[in-house]
Amino acid sequence: MTPTTTTPDRPRSYSSPLPSPRPHLGHALASEWTKLISIRSTLWTLGALVLTVVGVGMLFVSQTSDRDYESISFTTPALFGLMVGQVAVMVLGVLTISSEHATGLVRTTFTAAPDRFRVLTAKYLVFSVTAFTVTALSVFVVGIAASLAHGGAAAGAHTADEWLGAAAGCLYVTLLGVLALAIGALVRHSAGAIAVMLGVVTLPPVLGAMLIVWEAVAPIGREILQRNVPVALSQLFGMQEGGDLGAAPSNFSNVLILVLITGATVAASYVMVGRRDV
Amino acid sequence: MIEAVGLTKRYGAKTAVDQLSFQVKPGHVTGFLGPNGSGKSTTMRMILGLDRPTSGHVTINGSPFRELPNAQRHVGALLDAKAVHGGRRARTHLLSIAQLSGIPEKRVDEVLAVVGLQDAARQRTKGFSLGMGQRLGIATALLGDPQVLLFDEPVNGLDPEGILWVRNLMRRLAAEGRTVFVSSHLMSEMALTADHLIVIGRGRLLADMGTQEFIAHNSAGFARVRAADTDPDGRDALGTALTRAGGRVLQEPDGALRVTGLELPRISDLAHAAGVRLWELSPHRASLEEAYMRMTQSAVEYTSTDDPRAELWEQDPLALPAWEDEQAAPEVPRAAFFAPPPPGAGGSPFLMPSHPGELASTAKDSPEDTR
Repeated sequence: MTPTTTTPDRPRSYSSPLPSPRPHLGHALASEWTKLISIRSTLWTLGALVLTVVGVGMLFVSQTSDRDYESISFTTPALFGLMVGQVAVMVLGVLTISSEHATGLVRTTFTAAPDRFRVLTAKYLVFSVTAFTVTALSVFVVGIAASLAHGGAAAGAHTADEWLGAAAGCLYVTLLGVLALAIGALVRHSAGAIAVMLGVVTLPPVLGAMLIVWEAVAPIGREILQRNVPVALSQLFGMQEGGDLGAAPSNFSNVLILVLITGATVAASYVMVGRRDV
Repeated sequence: MIEAVGLTKRYGAKTAVDQLSFQVKPGHVTGFLGPNGSGKSTTMRMILGLDRPTSGHVTINGSPFRELPNAQRHVGALLDAKAVHGGRRARTHLLSIAQLSGIPEKRVDEVLAVVGLQDAARQRTKGFSLGMGQRLGIATALLGDPQVLLFDEPVNGLDPEGILWVRNLMRRLAAEGRTVFVSSHLMSEMALTADHLIVIGRGRLLADMGTQEFIAHNSAGFARVRAADTDPDGRDALGTALTRAGGRVLQEPDGALRVTGLELPRISDLAHAAGVRLWELSPHRASLEEAYMRMTQSAVEYTSTDDPRAELWEQDPLALPAWEDEQAAPEVPRAAFFAPPPPGAGGSPFLMPSHPGELASTAKDSPEDTR
């Protein structure tokens, strides 16, 4: 134990020899990084993401010829894996906060750091940077492999735009993960938050298809069918859906919608985490 | 120094903590006692800013917990030994908490050594026993080398060696000038560890006083006297002599006498003067447990239907001896609080109806008692 020091003015109080810096966001970031890399669920979810994106992507690359890339971009092979892999990102996002609530660790955390926003901000930052880095790396591995394998003349012209689109796609998936984290902070229950996120991704296509049947709500159904997560993601990765629904909305508007939804949910999570008893 | 003023927490219609005001001073181990559901943990969570009080406030060294500039360096707490992520290794868990306040990494190894978990540092906490979990929780509380420490049931699940260790640790921390606030159900443990007690029941403050004072206030010590069985009249003669000398005598089922109000040497002298041989003359000092039971009896939240708590009192088997003509109740020291007389008092140990109709009518009058 540390030795006792007594000061003359407060004879019966303890003062510690440890340094006492004022805690800042950097400390919380270090802590969250330690937390993230020290549990196995991080390895499992990110491993699953890399495996599905790279695995399915490589399979696609090996089964296609140069001619197939005339109408799609080199990053499109990564899309198929990412459709599954996005679930892993969302699960990790939820677990980042809900595992603390499930175990009660959140009380220890908030006792050590009563400024909860510092902790929450660190969680958002560490998670989003990690999720984006891993997603982008696996997508670009697939993209580069495709461009190396099928970059011949038969593939037609390819511009840098499709790489930017893929980067935006990775951002889109990361935003879904951030949304999942925010939902996790609001719901505080792993299974519940994951269920909500699965609903966000899988329900709109079904809902849109149902609404389009009725004349009165058909425009809403059409809108939902064009703007849901799988469609937006496909578009970002160079798959033009379009077809009988008319002109597809721009990539920018798709990302913007998700940014707004995520932003609102994140704001709500700050309000609730700051106010709620844990 | 922890200071609570009018602390109140309501969950809907239920008041968990009701107008609680107290101070926890540095340099002492302060015990926090109360039956299950009396609001101990809620109070601790409010002190730590985890729960918001409905009204009132609590400060640590003068400022609310959430406004402390570096909370971890001021306050350490063990709330729940299981509040760790089971998949994380013990050392990593501590490291992640230490990093939150920029506490140097070597402090993590220090606290691991203090609680004796050096060899388990690389283990995932999932495999920890409850005792190891408590040690890890204590290590977490000590990380910031804080001036104020709160422990919620720190000895739960510890082996006797561990309990002794916690007791010494608490006393040492307090001796260093820290404020130590410990809740526990183990009365014998609290009697040995705490210098000061704060007792609550149903969210209300029942007592806030020194441990010795608390025992003295809330329980009666007595002398057990047993006259030699060989002399059948001896016991009555002794009883008469003791009563005449101003003592109060009750008879235990096995024939021993329970004497209050007379010193042991005086009892011996009286017995000698009455010509009665004694087989036993023993002091019975009231325990903290007894004092606590007496105080919190009416404040117990969850009571077994099988167990009308009277068993804990061993009052009802006592009979008034033959030489007592009046129906005198045993002296119960009444503190300033609402400790009621024991069930045995007043001659009717239980709700024994004297005629069949009585019980039905009283039951109708007091529907609240059915709980």
